[in-house]
Parts: sequence; C-alpha cells; structure tokens
Amino acid sequence: MAEANTRPISSAARRPLSPHLQVYRMIFGMLMSGFHRVTGLVLCFGTLLLAWWLIAAASDAQSFAIISGFLNSIIGQLVLFGFSWGLIHHLLGGIRHLIWDAGLCFDEPQRGFITRGTLISSIVLTLLVWIIAFIVR
Amino acid sequence: MANEPASMRTARGRIRYLGSARSGAMHDWYTRLTAIALVPLTIAFIWLVLSLIGKDYNAVRSELGSTFPALLMLLFIFAGIFHMKLGVQTILEDYVRNEPAKTIAQVTNLFFAICVGLACIYAVLRIGFF
Repeated sequence: MAEANTRPISSAARRPLSPHLQVYRMIFGMLMSGFHRVTGLVLCFGTLLLAWWLIAAASDAQSFAIISGFLNSIIGQLVLFGFSWGLIHHLLGGIRHLIWDAGLCFDEPQRGFITRGTLISSIVLTLLVWIIAFIVR
Repeated sequence: MANEPASMRTARGRIRYLGSARSGAMHDWYTRLTAIALVPLTIAFIWLVLSLIGKDYNAVRSELGSTFPALLMLLFIFAGIFHMKLGVQTILEDYVRNEPAKTIAQVTNLFFAICVGLACIYAVLRIGFF
C-alpha cells in the first residue's frame, strides 16, 4: 500500500478497494444481518410511539384516550404488531450476536441453526405475545 | 517515507482525517454493554405492557407510577436510547457519504436520542411523583 503515495494521483482510482455487498451471492445470514439493522432502525421510530404513550399517561385522561383510540384502531394494531415483531426480532438477533461475541456457534450447523432460529422464534414469540394480549384484554 | 512505521494508511487519507478515530472500541463496548442490559429489560418491558392491556387511564398511571415498574421503565429507556443512538450512528457512518449530510444526520441522531430519552424519563417521573 505504501507505494501508492509515490505514484501520480491518477493511479489512486486503481488502489484495491474492499468489495461491497453486490459482489457476493446473497446468503440467508446476510439477509438476517440486514434485518437486524432494519428492525433496529424501525425501533428508533418506535420510540416516538413509546414517548407519545408515556407523555399522554403523564398528562391527562383526554390525551390518554386519544392514543388509546389510535392503538386500538386497525392501523394502530398493525403498527403495534410491526413494532412488537421488530422488538422481538432485534432482541433475538442481539442475543445471537452476543453468542458470537463470546466466540461460540461459529461452525455449521450451529451457525445456521441460530440464524434460522432467530427468524422462526421471533415469529413464534410475536404470535404468542399477541395471543396472550388477546386473551387478557 | 522510508523512516515511517509500516501503515495501511496513505498520506492523502491521513491528511483528510480518514481512517481510525481511535474511539471505536468504546463505541463497540457500550453497544454490547447496553445490549446485555437490554435482554432482561426488554423481556420485562413486554411483560409490563402485556399486564397493562385493557386497563384505563387511572389503572395504567398507578401501575406505571409504582416503584418497580417505574424503575424498570427508567432503566429500559436509558439503556434503550443509549443503544439506539450508538446503533443509528453506525448505520449513518456506513451509508451517508455526502459530507454536509453526514454531519447533519449525526447531529440529528444525537438530538433525537436526547429529546426522546428525556421526554420518556420526564413522563415516567411525572407519573410517579404527581
């Protein structure tokens, strides 16, 4: 790399660059890595909903009735469902990354198992949470 | 040039402040610390929200205002907002290339995290004390 400094500037474009995503064939683990980021970003917007709910509860009964009405509407329920799935998926994805941080489960079949397991259990747990929600309401 | 220690960085990169800012390790460490904290906190948060379903204004307030749920919410908000700020910062660092847009995006991310975090914390404290 050092000789790049002594060459004319025009050769800068020919320096080796790290290949980006599109060079590789898409595999499931890459998709799940992307999902982890996307769900994290979705949760960022979800904090606005949490803030709205808490501020309404801190204000008065009328403000609280407005957000309760929204959350109980079809759009509100869809938003909550997406939020709950995003939260559970990001939680499980995070646990998967913590397992890898500990140096565990890098080899197949464990790696594939916990990667597929993240998606499958996030769907199962989200449905379970909503079944409990509909039973206790 | 020959006396310099071996480095992957070019002179041009160094002069443009590209490369390591020497602060990445702590960013990574705080992301992991908050992630570990958020595992039990998120499970407890989902449990708390489920217990509040179908309750009216006064019941929700008295539940959120009691010591244990209020403490849980404060810890969840603090760790969650901290984790969110670090995560979104990484996404912005990776994908926003344009220099002014990069700065504006990072400042917006920081201000968003502080505003939402303080709003949530203030609301929980207000429910608990008033």
